[in-house]
Amino acid sequence: MKYLIIGNSIASIGVIEGIRHIDKTGEITVVGDEKRHVYSRPLISYLIQGKTDEDRMKYRDDDFYKRNGVNPILGVSAVKIEEKQKKVFLSDGRELSYDVLAIATGASPFIPPIDGYDKVKDKIAFFTLDDAEYLKSKIDKSKRVLIVGAGLIGLKCAECLVGKVKSITVVDHADFVLHSILDNDEAKEVQNVLSKQGINFILSSGIQKFEENTAITENDKIGFDILVMAVGVRPNVSLIKDAGGKVDRGILVDEKCKTSLPDVYACGDCTQYFDISSETEKIMAILPNAYMQGETAGINMAGGTASFDKAIPMNSIGFFGYHIISAGSYDGEESVERGKGYLKKFFVKDGVLKGFILAGDVNRAGIYTRMIRDKIPLADVDFDLIKKEASLICFVKSIRDSSLTKVV
Amino acid sequence: MKRIFVNEKWCLGCRLCEYNCAFANKGGANMYLALKNAVIHPNIKVEEKDGITYAVSCRHCSDPICKKSCIAGAIKIENGVVEIDKSKCVGCYTCVLVCPYGALSIGENGVMQKCELCITNGNGTPACVSGCPNNAIVFEER
Ligand SMILES: Cc1cc2nc3c(=O)[nH]c(=O)nc-3n(C[C@H](O)[C@H](O)[C@H](O)COP(=O)(O)OP(=O)(O)OC[C@H]3O[C@@H](n4cnc5c(N)ncnc54)[C@H](O)[C@@H]3O)c2cc1C
Repeated sequence: MKYLIIGNSIASIGVIEGIRHIDKTGEITVVGDEKRHVYSRPLISYLIQGKTDEDRMKYRDDDFYKRNGVNPILGVSAVKIEEKQKKVFLSDGRELSYDVLAIATGASPFIPPIDGYDKVKDKIAFFTLDDAEYLKSKIDKSKRVLIVGAGLIGLKCAECLVGKVKSITVVDHADFVLHSILDNDEAKEVQNVLSKQGINFILSSGIQKFEENTAITENDKIGFDILVMAVGVRPNVSLIKDAGGKVDRGILVDEKCKTSLPDVYACGDCTQYFDISSETEKIMAILPNAYMQGETAGINMAGGTASFDKAIPMNSIGFFGYHIISAGSYDGEESVERGKGYLKKFFVKDGVLKGFILAGDVNRAGIYTRMIRDKIPLADVDFDLIKKEASLICFVKSIRDSSLTKVV
Repeated sequence: MKRIFVNEKWCLGCRLCEYNCAFANKGGANMYLALKNAVIHPNIKVEEKDGITYAVSCRHCSDPICKKSCIAGAIKIENGVVEIDKSKCVGCYTCVLVCPYGALSIGENGVMQKCELCITNGNGTPACVSGCPNNAIVFEER
């Protein structure tokens, strides 16, 4: 069996490990356009903070490819799939044939069209290790940094620059930070934590144009030396789209991670798939799902059987020791637990937990995540108690026993 | 592979396991000196409700979701034991987000900690098991 994987990041590693669960010898080739050993993207802010380094950021050991019998082709991109001939064409002119193909091309930063953007000299999207190295080389105590986008990536970037530059300003259209994962209450708290570190926020405000090193909004003129664009990401779908496969905003895949093209799978941030908490197809660009989809694809590619059928959006994010964990969809009846330094919100519909947001106290959050993923009926849970403190003792005995007295 | 299992019928709720765990992971010759007045951060936790008690620690899942979800690739399996590479962990709490048993928590130096069956701390056999006065925690194949 000849396996070909396009992309060399988290989902791709999932595919390789999935294949090797089943098929120890088939030929695996990986094509990745970043000329690097596989690394963890979410760690780029920790790199700038000095909490990790390039060696420890490696997502797998140096001998990973060798141990798994993988032929990596790095620094080259795939440009076209010829699905009838089962071939992929590369940017260096090579053609690779496959029996089964996985697309793990991830996402790219979205850059909205803004007048004058092209003329801004020092600008990056905070996305890859190359971006982080470039940013690292540009910052010093004299630099003013403007970050466009108060989402996860923009705020992680802001956090890691504290103490390293002259000023940090974050601008966003939305009226509160982390708009896609939080409600107003917790968002205010996050903003407080970051403001205390000297980060400036300009919210409910969009940039109309750039005039060299000045950003013009409705009410402000913001001078800057370095611009970071972090307004969002877009799945890299073109290989599948151009080959005639089904795409929406992301590549459409089923729970086996199959695309609409024969013998072509897709996984990770390039895909759009079913969220069991909202019961809709979504883009859920998060690392755990990328790995799990990849592994699922790999197992199925190698002739095994696997389904990734418990996907939900979920995030863990922290700033200066203040942690927030959220999962699922914020749909249904809301209940709130508030205490000193923490806030917990739960969303219940059809007798099951659909989503939650925990801020300040995130202890044992996975017990709530499990309730969503496993659709545990609230009839089997002491819900009043578990909202206060996540613990297994709030489940009926049969669930406790299956957790604690058996191999899981 | 041997794992830790609990029997809620036999648990007295004495919390010795929590102390033995904290001590085994802290090291030192004397439990009293090591733990007196200290806030302990054990990797096993006694849960209690309506007269029922039992202890929960890492289940060493055969297909652990914490490993798949770790953003740093810092969780690995060594001979069936789920372990954290503390040099790679950045303390992001993604493992806390996904663990269905609530078995990971933040430890010293901002990195996560969990039960590693007393293998990585050099104790040899799980301290919670050997110190349990009523065999409510056992270490065996199932
Ligand atoms: C700063 C930052 C912080 C983040 N923090 C978190 C977090 O805390 N938690 C979380 O869950 N997620 C986080 N994420 C998201 C996480 O990084 C992604 O979900 C994950 O990397 C997705 O993995 P992937 O393999 O699908 O895609 P990617 O990691 O995007 O990798 C795709 C790879 O494919 C390559 N590629 C694309 N097209 C081609 C082609 N045609 N030919 C060859 N190669 C190609 C790309 O260059 C890239 O190397 C963060 C992301 C960023 C940028």
